[in-house]
Order: sequence, then C-alpha cells, then structure tokens
Amino acid sequence: MATVTYKGASRIYPGTKKPAVDKLDLEITDGEFLVLVGPSGCGKSTSLRMLAGLEEVDEGSIFINDTDVSNLPPKSRDIAMVFQNYALYPHMTVFDNMAFALKLRRTPKNVIREKVAEAAKLLDLEDYLDRKPKALSGGQRQRVAMGRAIVRQPQVFLMDEPLSNLDAKLRVQTRSQIASLQKRLGVTTVYVTHDQVEAMTMGHRVAVMKDGLLQQVDTPRTLYDKPSNVFVAGFMGSPAMNIKTVPLGEDGAKFGDVIVPLSRERREIAAAGDFDKGKTEVTIGIRPEDCKLGTEADGGIAVEVDLVEELGSDAYVYGHAVYSDGTERFVIRCDGRNMPRLGDVVHLVPEVGREHVFHAITGDRIE
Amino acid sequence: MSNRVEPVVLAKRARKRFSRPWASLTAIVIALLWTTPTFGLLLSSFRPEEEIKTTGWWTFFSQPNFTIENYNEVLYGSGSSGRLAEAFINSLVITIPSVLFPIAFAALAAYALSWVEFKGRDWLFVGIFALQVVPLQMALVPLLSFFSQGVDVGGFTLMPAWDLEGEWKFVQVWFAHTAFGLPLSVFLLHNFMSELPGSVIESARVDGASHGAIFRKIVLPLITPALASLAIFQFLWVWNDLLVALVFASGSETSPLTARLADMAGSRGGEWQRLTAGAFVSIIIPVAVFLTLQRYFVRGLLAGGVKG
Repeated sequence: MATVTYKGASRIYPGTKKPAVDKLDLEITDGEFLVLVGPSGCGKSTSLRMLAGLEEVDEGSIFINDTDVSNLPPKSRDIAMVFQNYALYPHMTVFDNMAFALKLRRTPKNVIREKVAEAAKLLDLEDYLDRKPKALSGGQRQRVAMGRAIVRQPQVFLMDEPLSNLDAKLRVQTRSQIASLQKRLGVTTVYVTHDQVEAMTMGHRVAVMKDGLLQQVDTPRTLYDKPSNVFVAGFMGSPAMNIKTVPLGEDGAKFGDVIVPLSRERREIAAAGDFDKGKTEVTIGIRPEDCKLGTEADGGIAVEVDLVEELGSDAYVYGHAVYSDGTERFVIRCDGRNMPRLGDVVHLVPEVGREHVFHAITGDRIE
Repeated sequence: MSNRVEPVVLAKRARKRFSRPWASLTAIVIALLWTTPTFGLLLSSFRPEEEIKTTGWWTFFSQPNFTIENYNEVLYGSGSSGRLAEAFINSLVITIPSVLFPIAFAALAAYALSWVEFKGRDWLFVGIFALQVVPLQMALVPLLSFFSQGVDVGGFTLMPAWDLEGEWKFVQVWFAHTAFGLPLSVFLLHNFMSELPGSVIESARVDGASHGAIFRKIVLPLITPALASLAIFQFLWVWNDLLVALVFASGSETSPLTARLADMAGSRGGEWQRLTAGAFVSIIIPVAVFLTLQRYFVRGLLAGGVKG
C-alpha cells in the first residue's frame, strides 16, 4: 500500500544536454493503476526505471509514501518489476524464478512454498512449476514474470511494456487479466506502454509524455474528450483525430468554403498570438466518429475517398479534401453496411459541439 | 579461357569433391599417418630395453614381447630419472591451484568490469588486455627478483623478500601462473559475461540481490561453458609448462613431470628407452581432462565470440 510521488524528477544521460525526463511532477495515489504512455523515446520507460532505481535521478526526487527513494538502491525500495522481455532467470525452474526474491530475504521455506503456490494458482501456472523458462510459451513466460512480481507483495508494481512480446489475441486477453489482477491485489501499479489502446483500457489514470515532458495526466475519458493539447489529441484514439490548421474567419474556422462556427470567446483566444497580419489560424480537431457523411446542403466538407477500411461493424473512410491541393486528409467513421466507394466525393459534416479547438501556435486547448 | 566459372559454382564443386568417398578415405589415411608415431611410442613403451634399442617397434607384431618394466622404472625407480610418480603428484599440486586461482579472480574481475559501473572502467579493461602483449619471458627475471629480493624503492622496502624454500616454492609457481593467466582469462570471461541479457541482471537487482548474490546465483551458472573451456585451456597450458616450472620450482621436491622428463633425456641419454613410458605417464591426465570436458571445449570455443 503506497503512494508514489515524482517531484521535479529529471534524468539527463551523460553526454547529452537534453533531459530524457524533464522535471516530472506526478502523484500516484494508493492502489492506483497509472499508465505512462507516449511515442518511443518520450521518456516513459526512463521514468519507470528511475522509480525502480535502475536509472539515477539527476534532479528532483522521487518518493514512495513519505520516503525519499531517489538515492536508494533498487533492493531497498520494495518494488517489483515486470520487464518487456520477461527477464526470467534461464537456469532456474519456474518455482525458483518466483521464489528467488523470497529466498534472498531468507523467508522460511514453507512460507515460500505457500506463496509461490498461491501465485501459481492465480496465474494458472501450477503445472509448470518444475519447468525451465525455455520450455514455456511466450504467454506462460509472461505469466511467470508476473508471478515473480506478485509473490513479493511489493509496495509498487512496475511494468515495462509487459505485453509487447505477445501476439495480438493473447495481448488483449492478458490485458484484461492484468487489470483485474491489479484490482484484486490493490497494489499501486505504474505501467508503461506505447499502445494507447492498452493505456485507455487498463489505466485508472493515464499520463501522456512526449520528449521527456509530461503532457497531461487524467482519466482515459477526460483524456479522450478534453485533450489539453494537440499532441494528446492526436495520440489518443485510433484512427487518430483529424487535426487541421485552417484560417480563422469572422465566424469560425474556414475549411475551404465551409465554416465550422466558433464562439466569440474562442475566436479571441485563438487570435491572440504572434500571427502575421491577416493570416490568423486555428487548429481544429474532429474525431472520426464525431462526424458523419452528409450532403453538400448540410454544410459538409467535400472529401474524395482514397481508401475504405472495413472492420465489419463499421468502416473508416480515408480521403482528401476537394477544396485543397489534396494534402488535407480526413478519416471518417461510417456504417459498415452503407459506405461510399473509392473515388466518390462525400461530405463530412462535423457534429456540432464535438469539435476540439486548439491554438495554432502553442497547441493548447481552447475551451 | 572459355571455361570461366563462377566462384559459387567452384565452391559447390569443391564441397562435392570433398564429400566423395575417396576424400573421406584420404582423411582417414592422413589421420592414420599422424597417429602412427604415437602408436609406435606406445608399443615401444611396453617392450624390453634391449629390443627397443635394437629393433623397430613394428617387430612387436612378429615377436610379441610384453613387459611393464619401463613403467615400473620411471614411476618408482631410484635415481634422478625415476620417481615419476612423485613428479606426477607435484604436477597435480602445481596445476590444480594454478587453474582455480586465475579463473576465480578473472571471474570476479570480469563481473566488475561488465556489470559494476565505475569511472575509468573501459580504460582499465583495455589496460588489462594490453598486458597480454607483454611476453611471459620478459617477466621471468623481474618476477624472480621480486620473490627473492622483494621490492625496494630508494632504500625503502615496499615488499619484503618471500624467501621461499623447499615445498613452499609451490606458492611461487601458483603466483606466477595466476599472474600470467589472468589477462586472457579476464578478457574471455568479460566478453562472455557482458553478453548476458542486461534485463536479467536488472531484474535480479530489483528482486533484491546484491552484486555478490547476482554473481553467485545468476552470472556464474550462466557462464559455466565459458568457465569450463577456460579451465581446459589453463589446465593444458600449466600441465605442459616447463619454463615457468624450471624458473620458479627448481629443486627435486617441487619439480613437475615436464622438468623430470627433460632431466631424464638430458642426463641419462643412454637410457632413452625410459622416455617412451615417461611420455605416456605425462599424457594420461590431459587426455582424461580433455575427454571429460571436450563437450564444453567445443561449445566454449564459439562462446564469447558470438552471442550465444
């Protein structure tokens, strides 16, 4: 049972100037499942490894409960970690792998046996306790890695992309297993992934990082509905949100001849800034599901269809705007049984009030 | 000119030729030719003295005359040429610690050089391997004076003379072999160890293992093949060594098989028939070591160079 607090924690790798993690401030409450997500190289794994004690904290500090652990070795932090490549001990049986940490702490033998058996039951590994890791499948190895963390009963679980080596189906299955396991054990968990679907489905809260900087921390719902900047808006959701920077007109954003209306307050905030005279712009984001196919009369943006992705239940229409030179690309979700064909010109009608507005220069959200 | 052939085709043709029956036959013949002298020596060692000196070993087939007198004499006989049994024990006493010490130290050093972060680590590693360049012979005299006179700098004694006598001279040989064996051992084990997956070591650290525990429980079991092959190398080198033994373990109480064999040929040239038996006595242990560990030997040769 523990809380984790990053206080201005930075990691600057020797020989580089730009911090890999830049003054990270983050509070994780007791029992929370927090997901760190971001593109590769954004510093999410480094943040996790700093908490584990595998990377130094160059500036700031990290607390577990009220203890400053910034300079403690990993073994004094009472944390357990699941690695991307499982990192099982190849010369030990599954039982010994899970018992390793307990043996190091001189736990009595019968207690070890009890705890390992319990974890093995929980993870469905009872039949494999005598096997070596090489005789296990990928999914089983992953479960052993989880089991090794569970038997410790640590203050905090750390997971570094534990699912990325599994095949797609197993990944979806294990995803929900980990989430329910965490709920059952109630252990504070920090989970790193580059997959925004994993982040959305598993996390109580999700922290989005980019270039070592924390972009936004919030519940998946808020992150999706109210992304605080263009990066978060584009990162969360699949397919990605349609994000276009267009001229700001008298009444709203101008997509060619079509105008997406904006309130006066929003227009004022959007116009403030270092724009060239008469070239004020605004960034508009529309999720593929927040627009529908309409007619020209509905005030839709004309889009020529380049590609249709059929998913069964629905379909995604990829196309480029007819008004522009063809570089403005759009994605629209539509009914899978009633979809346009290649080369058709369709009209994209944004749902009123569901558009996201961002400042064209700073990228910040405008409410 | 018209028959230009692609190299690939040539290689294929060559491979085909070598796999033909007569190619195997040639290989067998060459192997036989190579083994014949050794075989002759083995036969000779079981023949009486006067026959060895007058007829060739192949006469054994026409007039088999079997004796173990030669072995008796070299193993238990009196005089400087006998008592190989004693030298045999000396060889073991020299060899076993001279294999264990360098490997133990090298494993510890290699662990520190690959998994403990400290300043100047890479330079230290390069420095250790650079010592490989110094030929052993150059170190003999300085090392000898180090043992007999200690280290004096400007009249100040940094290290007193060891002044080892009699059986204590074994310590000198162990020391010398350990020192000579370390650079290569450190290099080989370091290469092997640093190829171990980093996340396994990190995982052990998170699990609460200290460096000592990681070394004993994770690293050592995983580098067994490298340890075994290194042990064979070092064993063969020390067992067959004459130079280091002559310099640091002269004297009848400590001289190993190799020194005694050399003596036998030198001072009693007339009784060279004894060499036949002597040679086979000295071969026994290396052959046994090689045969029992050859599985690791082959695997170990690839290890360290290529990620395994």
